[in-house]
Amino acid sequence: MGRYVIGRIGAAAATLFAASIVIFSFIHLIPGDPVSVMLGDAATPEQVAALRERMGLDEPIWVQYLVWAGNALQGDLGRSIFFETPVTQVIADGAETSILLALITMIWIVLFGIPVGILAAIRQGTWIDQGLSGLAMLLASVPTFWVGLYLILIFAAGLGWFPSSGYPSIFEGGGLANLQYLLLPSIALAAPNAALILRLTRASMLDVSREDFVRTARAKGIRPSRVVLRHILRNALLAVVSAFGFTFAALISEAVVTETVFALPGIGRTVVQSILRRDYPVIQGVILVTVCLYLVINLLVDLSYRLLDPRVEL
Amino acid sequence: MLSVTDLTVSAGPRTSPIGIVRGVSLGVDQGEILCLVGESGCGKSMTSLALMGLLPPGARVSGGSVELDGHDITHLAPHRRVRAGRGKLAMVFQEPMTSLNPVTRIGWQIEEAVRVHDPDANPTDRARELLEMVRIPDAANQLSAYPHELSGGMRQRVMIAIALACRPRVLIADEPTTALDVTIQRQVLGIIRELCDDLDMGVIFITHDLGVVAQIADRVAVMYAGRLVETGAVAPLFRAPLHPYTERLMACLPDPAARSKGFATIPGSAPRPGEIPDGCAFAPRCPRAQDVCRGGEVPVVRPEGGRRALCHFPLAEGETA
Repeated sequence: MGRYVIGRIGAAAATLFAASIVIFSFIHLIPGDPVSVMLGDAATPEQVAALRERMGLDEPIWVQYLVWAGNALQGDLGRSIFFETPVTQVIADGAETSILLALITMIWIVLFGIPVGILAAIRQGTWIDQGLSGLAMLLASVPTFWVGLYLILIFAAGLGWFPSSGYPSIFEGGGLANLQYLLLPSIALAAPNAALILRLTRASMLDVSREDFVRTARAKGIRPSRVVLRHILRNALLAVVSAFGFTFAALISEAVVTETVFALPGIGRTVVQSILRRDYPVIQGVILVTVCLYLVINLLVDLSYRLLDPRVEL
Repeated sequence: MLSVTDLTVSAGPRTSPIGIVRGVSLGVDQGEILCLVGESGCGKSMTSLALMGLLPPGARVSGGSVELDGHDITHLAPHRRVRAGRGKLAMVFQEPMTSLNPVTRIGWQIEEAVRVHDPDANPTDRARELLEMVRIPDAANQLSAYPHELSGGMRQRVMIAIALACRPRVLIADEPTTALDVTIQRQVLGIIRELCDDLDMGVIFITHDLGVVAQIADRVAVMYAGRLVETGAVAPLFRAPLHPYTERLMACLPDPAARSKGFATIPGSAPRPGEIPDGCAFAPRCPRAQDVCRGGEVPVVRPEGGRRALCHFPLAEGETA
């Protein structure tokens, strides 16, 4: 167990190192001088020189990388050109919205995808199964922004049940009631991913239900519901859990769209605006943090295998 | 005790069903091992799954009945049999490697059956006792083992323990030793024979291996293309088979004294369900077949000693087909 964890952390560190080189070189891949691109046409030569100096662009490139990576390791991701504040501060400002959005979305995905997938599997071939599979296909096919816009049209603009945009922090008055601002965005974000989990749960349940040990369980004379939950589902979840790593990756990219549609002050929207503002330190910082998060989530997914499947030797 | 009458299992559309098991009648008594013998695809496993109420989707019992101690259990799934107090059939499957749930401990899997069939017993004590009955060493500690930590022979013993947890009157064993090494095979056969005698239960032992039949059977039923072509006590049946198929099957047993003659085989292959010819299904491969064999009903031959065969031209003692 210990050796496996250390090995996996080592592999994650190597991935992070490779990613950091890509993220770092990204600023040098911009055609022309990064500083004049960042500052735009109207910049004076003094401003350009000052920014070059601040960014250390006159040093050899490997020195620049070491300085950047060393600072990043100490939690210093540089300063935002637009906000004139540390990048970590910019990320922290959007973190509450993005983390809560991701959590609520994950809850929807689990609460909808898995039980409905089970239902479709145990009703295989009936109109319930066909209806649910059709619904899943539909949800997986429509783009997140389209679902988001329609949710706004119907439930915010039309019925007025939920706010259509923005998110005031739950720590600044309003408390947990502010979570209603995240309801529609989280549903829009969950829809395609829950549909994928639904289909995966259904397919995996059907695969497992053909296994010999399920017949053994039935032969014991235990209740069919127990066969489904304790024998089939328990094994089917192995495949579903591994999909959560990918689901998380999908959430990151789709959150960019969702936060923009619902005007949420999250990291996804920050990164879009930073791209438009050519605020490269922020873009680099967000990508680096996202990579770290992704590595941690996948490490946790792999470790959770051990809990679900005793055959996995760690 | 267990009495099967004219059992028919069909698959495919109801308007044009395909017969997989075509009118099988058999009975098993306490302390008796009945071996059901036949080539792959002859309907042995489907017969046993039909007895258990575990037919796969698409297959169904379309005729006949299964009675246990006078109660009709033909169309009851196992959990309904338990609820009706008739859950007294248990089964051991062919593949010990895949027949246990890979993610739970074997103790848990045995206790699950104990709770259903022995609600008053302490599940852990009973599970340990069952492991001891199938002679698993260090039973108390093995309860916490996962299936992948055990060898094939040990897993098959666990399967038998699970079946015994159901307190069966009749144990159905579907090729339980086919996937095992010969030495392990012997041990498992010994355990089944012993349990049959000690617990006074009936056993239906399904196999294609006549060597195994000779070791373990009290009575034999030979199956071909969904029908029982011959039944009888093991000794007379081996000494003087009535049906040419039985005789040919036994001729295929390797005989060390006759090595130079090469391997005997039965030419052709067994018909698949849906392609079974009229009349005697074995006729196309049978050296004794006449025109009368290729259509109409095949007569039942019943010489003395409870024997029975389906054949127009049964063999006399010492005759070969």
